[in-house]
Amino acid sequence: MFKKLAIGAAFALALTPAASFAAGGGDQHIEDFDFSFEGPFGTWDQNQLQRGLQVYTEVCAACHGLQYVPLRDLEALGYSEEEVIAYAADNFEVFDPELDDFRPAIPTDHFPANNGVGAPDLSLMAKARAGFHGPYGLGINQLFKGMGGAEYIASLLDGYTGEEKEEAGTILYENKAFPGGWISMAPPMSDDQVEFADGHPATVEAMSEDIAAFLMWTAEPKMMERKYSGFVGVIFLSVLSVLLYLVNKRLWAGVKGKKTV
Amino acid sequence: MSGIPHDHYEPKTNGEKWLNSRLPIVGLIYDTIMIPTPKNLNWWWIWGIVLAFCLALQIITGIVLVMHYTPHVDLAFASIEHIMRNVNGGYFIRYLHMNGASLFFVAVYIHMFRGLYYGSYKAPREITWIIGMLIYLMMMGTAFMGYVLPWGQMSFWGATVITGLFGAIPFVGEAIQTWLLGGPAVDNATLNRFFSLHYLLPFVIAALVIVHIWAFHTTGNNNPTGVEVRRTSKADAEKDTLPFWPYFVIKDLFALAVILVVFWAVVGFMPNYLGHPDNYIEANPLVTPAHIVPEWYFLPFYAILRAFTGEVWVVQFASFITGGIIDAKFFGVLAMFGAILAMALAPWLDTSTVRSGKYRPMFKWWFYLLIIDFFALMWLGAMPAEEPYATFSLIASAYWFAYFLVILPILGVIEKPLPQPETIEEDFNAHYGKADAEATPAE
Amino acid sequence: MFARYPPGAGIGENLVSHAEDHEGTRRDFLYYVAGGAGVVATGAAVWPLINQMNPSADVQALSSIRVDVSGVEPGTQLTVKWLGKPVFVRHRTGAEIQEAQEQDAEGVGALPDPLARNFNLSADAPATDANRVMPSPEGEAPGAWIVQMGVCTHLGCVPLGDAGDFGGWFCPCHGSHYDLAGRIRKGPAPENLPVPPAEWVDNSTIKLG
Repeated sequence: MFKKLAIGAAFALALTPAASFAAGGGDQHIEDFDFSFEGPFGTWDQNQLQRGLQVYTEVCAACHGLQYVPLRDLEALGYSEEEVIAYAADNFEVFDPELDDFRPAIPTDHFPANNGVGAPDLSLMAKARAGFHGPYGLGINQLFKGMGGAEYIASLLDGYTGEEKEEAGTILYENKAFPGGWISMAPPMSDDQVEFADGHPATVEAMSEDIAAFLMWTAEPKMMERKYSGFVGVIFLSVLSVLLYLVNKRLWAGVKGKKTV
Repeated sequence: MSGIPHDHYEPKTNGEKWLNSRLPIVGLIYDTIMIPTPKNLNWWWIWGIVLAFCLALQIITGIVLVMHYTPHVDLAFASIEHIMRNVNGGYFIRYLHMNGASLFFVAVYIHMFRGLYYGSYKAPREITWIIGMLIYLMMMGTAFMGYVLPWGQMSFWGATVITGLFGAIPFVGEAIQTWLLGGPAVDNATLNRFFSLHYLLPFVIAALVIVHIWAFHTTGNNNPTGVEVRRTSKADAEKDTLPFWPYFVIKDLFALAVILVVFWAVVGFMPNYLGHPDNYIEANPLVTPAHIVPEWYFLPFYAILRAFTGEVWVVQFASFITGGIIDAKFFGVLAMFGAILAMALAPWLDTSTVRSGKYRPMFKWWFYLLIIDFFALMWLGAMPAEEPYATFSLIASAYWFAYFLVILPILGVIEKPLPQPETIEEDFNAHYGKADAEATPAE
Repeated sequence: MFARYPPGAGIGENLVSHAEDHEGTRRDFLYYVAGGAGVVATGAAVWPLINQMNPSADVQALSSIRVDVSGVEPGTQLTVKWLGKPVFVRHRTGAEIQEAQEQDAEGVGALPDPLARNFNLSADAPATDANRVMPSPEGEAPGAWIVQMGVCTHLGCVPLGDAGDFGGWFCPCHGSHYDLAGRIRKGPAPENLPVPPAEWVDNSTIKLG
């Protein structure tokens, strides 16, 4: 009895993250997108990340920074060294304390911070938001759907209803995904605002997904390496468990007789 | 050294004798790992080794992380990102450390509730229990300060709220809080001292662990029957026990490997599941997160802290008779620490002469209720402080105290225990039959 | 290995008594495999702990830098930091190139260090002026550019430019004189100034490392 109860309890304990309790407002609507990087074996969609970078560069970068992301890391998105050098120099200027002046960015620099209009930095946004909390604040949904950071971003960008209101001198925009329902960021994107080299459609919904995937990458660039290490470790430890089980069984065989009860 | 009679280390060669007469370290290690252990220990007894593993894991990964971390309010958050992005394998080492804390607390709670069920805290093991509680307190302090180091929003506001508890102490509270923080609010001084103590305390814990092991190696392990190992002779003791190495080491390592499979899967596939998203936002003293939630392992006691508001009659009564010195805030702090103190005093509150809950028909049900209560408190601790959660919290907190302060003392008097086995050997054979070796001693 | 157990423990005699040959082998084999797996696990756990102390990605990224030399006029020198040490990028004038070639006429046998010490060439390349300089970009005289570590090979001081008895560099710490090709001529330094890995990316950019 104690055993069963305690196993059940241990399970419940393991499934009860504090994070999930932070109730995110009942009327929030976060859609569960099917991103390629989800699940133990999911991988990045490199084209999608490149499109996301393009959306960031042409749309988001006007207000939002990515200060924790080194530009050199863009090589992981499939760009060559030369392309990264050109991208950095063409798009960003950074302040160099040695020159005491601004200069074009080079790959060893980070994306610049952008504090101009008080927009939050996006480097870690996909980990700083959780999409799924329930049921009853137990966070069990996260086991099946993931943390939902990228889903939150995509839902938010695609969640404008078109309604506006003015409050204390600022205009607020109604948004289905934002906690509280009213956000101060104006709808940033419109259909066909950018033109993708791979001919992918540039609807607001498609761009929202692409930028969300890109921001997941900026937040967790080592996700694939992490999952690979996790996978190797799980396999190896499973084998070790089996071996130790056999050793243990054999070791005790001489002590335990036939079970009588 | 007292304890269960067993073979001791005998130096044989001249070299061994030379060392042994100067530093009997081989004998110490031998006696420690060859300790006679009740052979009927079940799978609830494996968590000690998991805890030892966790301590080692946290110390090793922690020392590694310190090589890349910068304890300064302007740089701490960025240095964590440096670890996650630039340091070789840093992302995995950091996630191991993060989730290692959770595994540590999972293990310690199961270990503690095992002790509570099987009466491991009872005489003559009170000191083991008390040292265990001290280790648990130190773990909470270490985990709390470690959580501040990444300098995210939850780090900052968690530190603000928890150090605020000390501000509730009458008369000297504010002075103590200022002293703890090194200033009027959580700032660079706080971060630096927390870093220092977060590095120090694990080594204090390691020392306490040695004392913890020393203590129960003197009294001998408890076991599922609660019946003591026979000490009348070495032969008798050997019928009840097996040496720790290899029998229990291998058994424990097997269990550890299975647990690590799950742990590795969490670290590899969902390392942020037990964390809070707000901690990926850099600390901002001007903006409080919508919900401040402690890490999951603090939630039961956090719920007790919040349960006692000014509307509760006990609080009003306490306030009245102390002339307002004990207000609601201070009462909550007292309740939280009192909940842990009540657990620590279990050896003296439990009046039953029977050790193991297996043979206590009434106790069992109260104990199961305590487990449910613990999880209820954990859930309530994460819920917003509003109805109906506030009332539930109060009921659940009340049960926690009632269990230790009322139920344990009374049960021992009114309960009629079930018959217990005479010896551990009898219990073991009842479960597993007689071993071949004993059945055919002629071999 | 477990069979060494005190007989009182019960298992020793039992295992021995039942240990027919093939069974014993199988048992040992299992123990060896499990022990081996344990060793592998330990090794796999130790390596990341060692590797994390190797240079991190941000440090590694700085092992190769690009230097814009479009502003370095003939007769001047640019000092840049690479791998934490100074690198001299010198744009030599026509007169300096000529003088360097005259210094070359004495032959490398007369030099204290006859080797070029040029990372871009083989280790036994002789220390001629041609082996010390960068290949010139299009439209410039050969020998117009010389790139070398600004670290005296004696005890690691930074030599001064346009100084010394040979018109090249002079180390103020212990009086080592280098010529216009950065070769040691006089003083305690044992070797010529090393030439780091360097190449032209375009006509005005040098890549170090």
